[in-house]
Formats: sequence, C-alpha cells, structure tokens
Amino acid sequence: MIRFDQATKRYPDGTVAVDTLELEAPSGKITVLVGPSGCGKTTSLRMINRMIEPTSGTIWLDDTDTASMPAHELRRQIGYVIQHAGLFPHRTIVDNIATVPFLLGTDKKKARARAMELLERVGLDPAFAKRYPAQLSGGQQQRVGVARALAADPPVMLMDEPFSAVDPVVRDQLQDEFLRLQGELGKTIVFVTHDIDEAIKLGDQVAVLRVGGHLAQLAAPAELLSRPVDAFVAGFVGRDRGYRALGFSSAGTIPTRDEPTVAMGESLPTGGDEWLLAVDGSGAPQGWLHLTDEPHGAVVEDPMLYRGGTLATQGGTLRSALDACLSSPSGRGVVIDESGRLVGSTTAREVLALIEAQVEGAVT
Amino acid sequence: MIGDVFNWLTDPSHWTSTAFDTGIWDQLLAHIGFTLIALAISLVIALPLGLWIGHTGKATWIISVANAARALPTVGVLVLLVVIIAPHFYGRTNNGYLIPTEIVLVLLAVPPILSNTYAGVQNVEPSVRDAAFGMGMTGPQVLFRVELPNSLPLIFSGFRSATLQVIATATIAAYVTLGGLGRFIYDGLAQQDYPQMISGGLLVAALALIADLLLALVQRYTVSRGITGRTRRQDRGSRGPDSRTAVLTEELVSEAT
Amino acid sequence: MTALIPLASASSSPWHFFAYFMDNTSKVLGLLWAHTWLSVVPVVIALILALPLGWLARRYQWAYPPMMSLTGLLYTIPSIALFVLVPPILGLDPLSPLQVPIALTLYSLALLVRVVADGLAAVPQETAQAATALGYKPLGLFFRVELPIAVPVIAAGLRVAVVANVSIVTVAGTIGFKNLGQLFDEGFKLSTDTPYYPPIVLGIILCVLLALALDGLVLLGSRMLTPWRRAVRA
Repeated sequence: MIRFDQATKRYPDGTVAVDTLELEAPSGKITVLVGPSGCGKTTSLRMINRMIEPTSGTIWLDDTDTASMPAHELRRQIGYVIQHAGLFPHRTIVDNIATVPFLLGTDKKKARARAMELLERVGLDPAFAKRYPAQLSGGQQQRVGVARALAADPPVMLMDEPFSAVDPVVRDQLQDEFLRLQGELGKTIVFVTHDIDEAIKLGDQVAVLRVGGHLAQLAAPAELLSRPVDAFVAGFVGRDRGYRALGFSSAGTIPTRDEPTVAMGESLPTGGDEWLLAVDGSGAPQGWLHLTDEPHGAVVEDPMLYRGGTLATQGGTLRSALDACLSSPSGRGVVIDESGRLVGSTTAREVLALIEAQVEGAVT
Repeated sequence: MIGDVFNWLTDPSHWTSTAFDTGIWDQLLAHIGFTLIALAISLVIALPLGLWIGHTGKATWIISVANAARALPTVGVLVLLVVIIAPHFYGRTNNGYLIPTEIVLVLLAVPPILSNTYAGVQNVEPSVRDAAFGMGMTGPQVLFRVELPNSLPLIFSGFRSATLQVIATATIAAYVTLGGLGRFIYDGLAQQDYPQMISGGLLVAALALIADLLLALVQRYTVSRGITGRTRRQDRGSRGPDSRTAVLTEELVSEAT
Repeated sequence: MTALIPLASASSSPWHFFAYFMDNTSKVLGLLWAHTWLSVVPVVIALILALPLGWLARRYQWAYPPMMSLTGLLYTIPSIALFVLVPPILGLDPLSPLQVPIALTLYSLALLVRVVADGLAAVPQETAQAATALGYKPLGLFFRVELPIAVPVIAAGLRVAVVANVSIVTVAGTIGFKNLGQLFDEGFKLSTDTPYYPPIVLGIILCVLLALALDGLVLLGSRMLTPWRRAVRA
C-alpha cells in the first residue's frame, strides 16, 4: 500500500506541481494517475521513490515513512519503469535486467539465472540475453525495462508512461501482456499516463489530476465513465464515454439464434438467406458469404469471405456484443464460446434490450 | 632525395648513441618519456575534474576557460616558460628545459581530455541517468557504473587527441634545446642535412601513428560493444566512431561545448 | 637574427611589448600580415576542395569510410613532421615557400571534408525530398537547399580550422618561415643570459587577437548566411 498524506511539491519559483495530495494506492492493485500535461502526475509518481523530494507532507509505503531511509535503499525496493526504458547501452540485456540484484549484492550467477527467467516472462526470446539495447526495437526495450524493474521482486512498481513511445499496435500488445503479468504477480502498481483510454483499460482505480496538482476524482474506471464528478473530469474522460462504459458491463448470457453455416471447402447450398456464415472444421467462424455474388454450387474459398465483423464472446461485455452486431455485414452479430466455436447469432435490437434492462436495473 | 633519406635511416650509426651524438633509440626513448610524463599528469588532473563537472554540472566555466586556452600559440607559450624558468636551473641539469616543456605539454593535453570527459558525461541519455538513480544507485555508482562507461568513446577520443598534440609539441621541444626526435629535424635544418631533417619528420610521424593505433586497440577492448555499434544489427545513421577519426571528433566536440 | 634592438626598447620587462611594437612596427606588421595570409588562404582553398569531396562522401556511401580514414590519418601526423615531409613527397625543394601553405591546406582539408559530409548528413531527408519534388535539380538542390542548411555545422568546422591554423603557423616560424613565430624565435635567441620578454609576449598577444578576430569573422559570416536561425532565437 502506498499512501500520499498531504503531499505537496512546490518549486523555488513558486509553482505548485502537486498540492496537498491525499491518495491511497491499495496493495496488489493498479492505480493509474492520469491528467493533462502539467497536472503533476509524474511529479507525484517520482515523489514515491524520492526521485523528487516532497516539499511537505509524507508518503507512506505500508507503515514506513519513505523519508525515513536513504533514498537509494528505498529505490531498490521499488520497481521503476520509464518512458524510453532507459536501458544501459553498455550492458547486455541480461545484465540490464540484473541491475538491482547486482546492487543488492546477489551472487552474479544467481542474478543472471533469475534475469533469464524474467526475460521469458516478459515474452522475449532467451537469445536476446547477450545482445545490447541498441539491437532491440522500442517495444522490446520496453519489455526489458519491465523485466529489469521486476528483477529484485519488489512489492511495488512505479511506471511512468511506459508504453507511450511505442506504436499503437505494439502498445496494445504490451498493455495486454502487462495485465496478464499483473494477474500472475499481483504487484502494487502506480502507473502514470496521459492517455485516458490506457488509464481505463489498465486501472483498478483511476486518479484524474487537474493542472496545478489537484486530485479531481479517484474512482474505478466504470464509475469514472458513468459518473464524472465535474465538467473537467467529464471533458477529460471525453466523448463516447457512454459507449465505452459498456466495456465494463457484462452482457450476461446473450440470447442467440442458431445460425446456418457452411464449412470451408464445401459447396454452397441453394436458397436460404442472402448472407451465410462460413466456419472451419472446428466450428470457428471464418467470415460471411454474400450468396447473390456467388454462382450456384460454388466451393467456399477464402477470397469469397467478408471478414468485416468482430466477434462477441458469450459472457463477454456489452460493448463487444453490440460491436459484433454493428460491424457485421449481415447485421447479425456472431457469438462464440470461450474456445472460439460458434454459439449463434444475435442482433443489435436484442443487445440494446439487454442494455436497457441494465440501465433500468441501475436506476431502480 | 628519397634515397638519401633511406640511407640515413638505415645507417646503423644513426641509431645508437656515441660520445658526441645521441642516437635515434635514445632520442625516441626521451620523446616517449616526455610524452608519458605529460599524459600521466594531464590524466590525473583532467579526468577526475571532467567527471566531477559533468556529474554535478558545477563549475562549467572551467570547461570554457580550458577551451579558450586553445587559442594560445603553443610555441609562444613554450618559449615564454623556458625563458622564465630556465635561468633558475642554468648550468646544473636540463630541468630548466624539461619543466617548462612539461608544463606546456600538460597545458595542451588537459583541455581535450577535460572537455571530452565533460561532454561524454553530459551526453549520457537523461533517461539512462534517470533509470540508474531510479534503480537505487548512489551518486558514485551512477558515475562509475553508468556515466563513465558511456563516456569512454569521447574520453578516448580526447585522450588520443591529447596524445598526438603532446607528441607533436614534444618535437618542438627540441627547438628549445631539449632532446627527443625533434632534435633530428632542427639539427638537420641547422646543418642543412636535409636527409636527417626529413628522417626526423618520418620518425615523428611514425611514432604518432603507432601511438594512435595502440590507443585505438585499447579503446576497442575497453569500450562496451553496446556503445561502439560493433553489433550485429546496427541502427541506421549511427555510425560507430571509426578508430582513425577519433581526433577529428574531439576537435568538433570542443567546438560544440 | 639581423634585428637590431634600438635603445628605447632595451628594457626586457614583459610589459614593454608595446614599446617593442612601436620600435619595430613595420617588421611586426609584416609578420602579422604574413601570418594572417597563412592562416586564412589554406582554409579557403581547403573549403573549396572540401565541398565537392564532402558531397561525394555523402552521396556515395562507399566513399565515406575510406575518406574518413584518410583524413583521420592525415590529422594524426604532427605539424612539424608534415612541414618537412611535404617537399620530398611532392618533389619540392627542402625549404620551399610552398611547403607550409600546402601542409596547412591538407590539415584544413582533413577537418573540413568530414565537417561538410556531416553537415550535409544533418539536412533532414524530408527537406531534401521536398526540394526535389518541387523541381530542384541535383546541383540546385546542393547550392540552394542543402548547403545553406549545413552552414552552421560547416562554420563550426571553419572556426576550429582557422584557430588551429593560427597556432600551427607559429611552428613553421621555428624552422625559419616568416610569420609571428619569428617573434618567439627572436625572443628566445636574445634570452641567452637574461630573459628578453617583449617580442615573446607581443607574439602571444597578436596570435590570440588574430585567432579571436578570425573566429569572430567566421561566426559573423555564418550568422549573416543563416538569418532564419536568428528568427528562431528571437
């Protein structure tokens, strides 16, 4: 647990970066600090490991005042991941990861063995161990940065915009893997970002800060989307927040209808609807066929498929269910089970009925 | 002429000393001696100072002063110090020439080492320094485990430049009646013995090239492959510093700082 | 040395360099003039040669490494050695009036080829491509777009080259060439019993002033050629 107790950072020129911040980051959870530039989110984060010393107030790490020990000892207990990874260019990847164990005096062999484990854990090939940072892509460097922060198994991790310098596709990937990793490790994490979507995706709780270092709202992502406390938070959370909030509501059991299918490589049946769903041997949907385009009795092949539609998973969120319907060329949303096999189809009308039922349930 | 030079250089009597003449071997040893003394003193002064200024960001004016000193004409300073200091030692030893020469050599060698060490530390990526502190390194650990190894390429180019300038200026020391390989150039000139003069030039050039080559080798095995770019996948555009161009790099760094 | 020392400047105090100057005005100005030419002309010639060479090194990737090795090698050779080695290599007399300017040109060229290549390399690719798309031919692209953008880097190299030259020229003075270095030679030879400072101090002062003046001129020229840089600063 990390607790800010009246923490303030005022610079000699009078600017206040963080103003009497009261905030608790619970153990084993991800707390995201988000806000526009100049809101003091990074300053707040860096006050935790005393890269910046608070002007007044206290920051507690469990029951310890962080100011009560030498800064370098405190920092060795706290994982630290920054935007450009900050890997040491003169050290190999494995030695980069083992930095903190080396500092703590761990046996070199042992520290390297542990570093190798972590390398795989963050999804990198062990062959990278002997390479140097300059030989890695930005996304790979960032994975190493995460591994390095985890090397001494600190209970607490600080992450300062770790994914913002990589391209959107890689960022999405890194975020997913980060969540999977956190599921296994359960660290106490404080995460800074300027990207509200990232905050909502990753945070167990999200703290929105406004310029001048004031905490505007601290809430779970769903609550932030549905009940922003004021115009600033509402504006920052942005448009489409009603739609995005659906991402936090379980659809429960989506009512489905059986959907006629044809397997890949078989010939098209005659008659039936204008659109027909193609599946593979295991029953996983592959795409839609537009029957009026195809000659009678044609064999189903890959180029004939319309692949536009997203898939909704039974037991998934309302957002993915609605999106499956809206993106399907046939207007029918394809629902699959956990193993990817077709369950049936649903329609936007039916999903909206589910949404309305939930809204009414919430109001009454 | 080239044949005369060849004959002069291959004459064994020119290589060993006699009662009247100092041979090539002894002048070479003297030359290397002046050079090593000056480099050792300069390194002891400039390296810690450059690291300290770079690490703390304090007293950066020292760098500016050191760089401004490069506008001084070496020969003038050498002659000035000799005429000031030499009379105090007159007739006893050749310290009267050795001391001012060493002072000039140190004055020459300090600025490139100092400003390159400083620039090397300054050029360490801010995110790398931030991460080093954030991992829990103490100030000295950041300096010696991160900043110093990452500054090595620039420190080496400064040191190599200093070495070449010291070898070159130690040659001119012969002009103020000290020994060293420059002796052959100035004696050859005075006696209109041009093969001797040109041979002296060749020997000095050879010494400089060999010294630079040796330092390039040391650099190769001291600097991490992660920094030199001698790795399998090179980033486009970031050429690893070529071993032969370090000195020019130093010239430009000094201009930039 | 044939210079007779007039009575008025017989004082050997270091502070009497001005009296020395007044007594030997025409001789000193002659040396200063020669020194200035030797410092400037080789740099100008070197720049004219470095532009096409630097362009080649930039244009053809294969030409870069050998060119840089060669220039680095040249720069490794001590100036006094290069002075005495130029005549036999080029087949000149052992004490030819051309050996010093040629050696200085080679030094400046070694520095400037690299500077021009690196300065051109610093021109953003988008800028060069945009200019090509606008219809510049290779030569126009070089002189109207790439070269102006590279001016600050090239000017930095020129400053290093002229300041270094002012000092290296004095070395040529020790082997009898006419420049401010001869003031040191004279002071040294007249200091047999007691130190005779005035010409030495005067030489140092004039060398520093000359270095500063030439450095300032290059800086000024670079500012005038790059008005857009001032606009950013303001």
